[in-house]
Amino acid sequence: MLTFAVRRLVLSIPTLLFISFVIFMLLQLAPGDPMAQVPLTVPPDVKEKMRQALGLGEPPLVQYWKWLVQVFWIEPKIFIDWLTRDSWLLGWLPDTHLYNGELRVISWQTRSPVMDIVLQRIPQTLWVVGMSYVVGVLIALPIGIYSAYRQYSVFDQAGTFITMIGFSIPPFFTGPLLIVVFSVYLGWFPSIYDTTHVVRDWASFKFQLSQMIMPVMVLALQTTAQLSRYMRASMLDNLNQDYVRTARAKGLSEAVVVMVHVLRNSMIPVVTVIALGVPAIFGGAIITENVFKVNGIGQLLITALFANDLPMVMTLTFIFAFLIVLFNLIADILYGLLDPRIRYD
Amino acid sequence: MTDSPQDDVILAEAENAAALGALRDKVPSAPPRSKWRDVWEQFRKHKGAMIGAFFLIFITLGVLAGPWLWTLDPQKLDIRAKDMRPIYTAIWDSAAKTGWAHPLGTDQLGRDNLAQLIAGGRASMAVGWAAMVLSLVIGTGVGVISGFFKKLDGPLMRLTDLFLSLPILPLLLVAVTLFRQPLRANFGPEGGMFILIVTVVGITSWMPTARIVRGDVLAIKEREFVLAARSIGTQPFKIITRHLLPNVLSPIMVSATLGLATAIITESALSFLGVGFPSDFPTWGKMLADAVARMEDFPERVMLPGIAISLTVLGVNYLGDGLRDALDPRIRGR
Repeated sequence: MLTFAVRRLVLSIPTLLFISFVIFMLLQLAPGDPMAQVPLTVPPDVKEKMRQALGLGEPPLVQYWKWLVQVFWIEPKIFIDWLTRDSWLLGWLPDTHLYNGELRVISWQTRSPVMDIVLQRIPQTLWVVGMSYVVGVLIALPIGIYSAYRQYSVFDQAGTFITMIGFSIPPFFTGPLLIVVFSVYLGWFPSIYDTTHVVRDWASFKFQLSQMIMPVMVLALQTTAQLSRYMRASMLDNLNQDYVRTARAKGLSEAVVVMVHVLRNSMIPVVTVIALGVPAIFGGAIITENVFKVNGIGQLLITALFANDLPMVMTLTFIFAFLIVLFNLIADILYGLLDPRIRYD
Repeated sequence: MTDSPQDDVILAEAENAAALGALRDKVPSAPPRSKWRDVWEQFRKHKGAMIGAFFLIFITLGVLAGPWLWTLDPQKLDIRAKDMRPIYTAIWDSAAKTGWAHPLGTDQLGRDNLAQLIAGGRASMAVGWAAMVLSLVIGTGVGVISGFFKKLDGPLMRLTDLFLSLPILPLLLVAVTLFRQPLRANFGPEGGMFILIVTVVGITSWMPTARIVRGDVLAIKEREFVLAARSIGTQPFKIITRHLLPNVLSPIMVSATLGLATAIITESALSFLGVGFPSDFPTWGKMLADAVARMEDFPERVMLPGIAISLTVLGVNYLGDGLRDALDPRIRGR
């Protein structure tokens, strides 16, 4: 198991390098010019110098190498510096001073380091997206369990129908629909997510809750639809097995049979599906963040794309790819840990 | 028993014939049934799938024949008749601006909503079908080749894994914004965008099909009939087309329906985010996106394209569900 994990970890490095190379080369084909917004009165030689300052004069391979160094070498140094200086976890260690003012990945829009902007945006995304995923899982599991236990019952049929709807209605329709019903007609929730809001007391907490409900529900509907199908199928596979009959024959109560014996075995594939869905939800959040005006990283990607901010697009797309590779790895390892029959040799 | 051994043989033959005759059925107990008839009968039992299939056919015929039945030009601006409400609004609000000239109302520039819905449906369905066919061709090709030729299996499956770990929606956005200009210049604004979206969706959605087809091909390849075909000297290409492809048809059909659903949703999502077709060319996603800003006053402009997208995708998904049941021989017998 350990060798498998190490091997997968080592293998994921060339995968990530290749993905980043593909994305970089794709972006090299971009027709846009970052100097397009510069006034025409600026003489051409000054423009050329500005271009050089942005690192655009170099051949693509050199640019790619510099990006790699910046992301994999300089940014970790800054992170370690921050850990030993400001964080409460390792702040007691002596300050490392690894970073000496080297050039970081600079956004063409704001001329500030891309990573700083990403770090500002991540909490919003994590709050909305992460919360929606947790809510989705919490709703999906009981639905899946009960529809499998009462297969073909009214509840099961209704659950199937609702999950089909969850599959079919895209978030860019459910979002506006919820806004029309709940913020325009009923006026219960605000239609725009206020990211500057700070939770101080009970009233502000209630406001935070009310502005989070709609985006969380939109995203949770998608999660619920997928996960409850998996949960139901996995429970159905296990409910007809011999060990279930044995457990019943021993005189165990129905609750123990279903919730302990069957559920534990059915959770094995579902847990990996949950892990695999985490990066997908980040991608799907792009639309939801756009609908509810949450300024998370999905919205950052869209604005960067429209502003032709290639370093930002490059770094963000790479972060998404990194998440996918990471959670694939986690899912594989979890599968091996949870199911002793799986042997990766 | 007689003395002559020949008589024994004759007798034995007669006995054999009698025994075989007794074993042989007079007529087949039931007329031979074709597989597709079985599939159809199982499919008919799935109510949701039947409704989904009918709805999909209805929508497809509607968007194909619609421009002849409803002849208004979807791009014609009629600023005097702008912001009209659908005809059913008159039931509860007699003061609303309605009229039979525009039964589903008009938008803020006076374009007829019904004509736009039909034209938008044409675009969405065309993109959906084309992208689905492209991703099926790529997926089936990669799956069959990597399942049939052992040498190519490793590299092709690594490639599939690599594509699976690409962030699809961000990459779609990147590709569409980057290649919009050159393709528009070459193929016109609508044609270029159509080619771009179909290609991009097709290239990024073939992986599940490839995996399923490869698994099936690996299993079927070892069966006796393939061995028999090989032993009489059938070329690999002939084996693939005559023996392998017909046997992997059912998983391909199921992933085709799923592919159609994802392609329609992806196209609408791109239009919604504003990177799809040009702004005067109606698609369902673009109608929805344009209407979101005014949805307090004109909720129907959000609802109509939204419901159209959702019902189409719902129909396709139910169709896929029914097909999966109908094509699975283990379920079909029951």
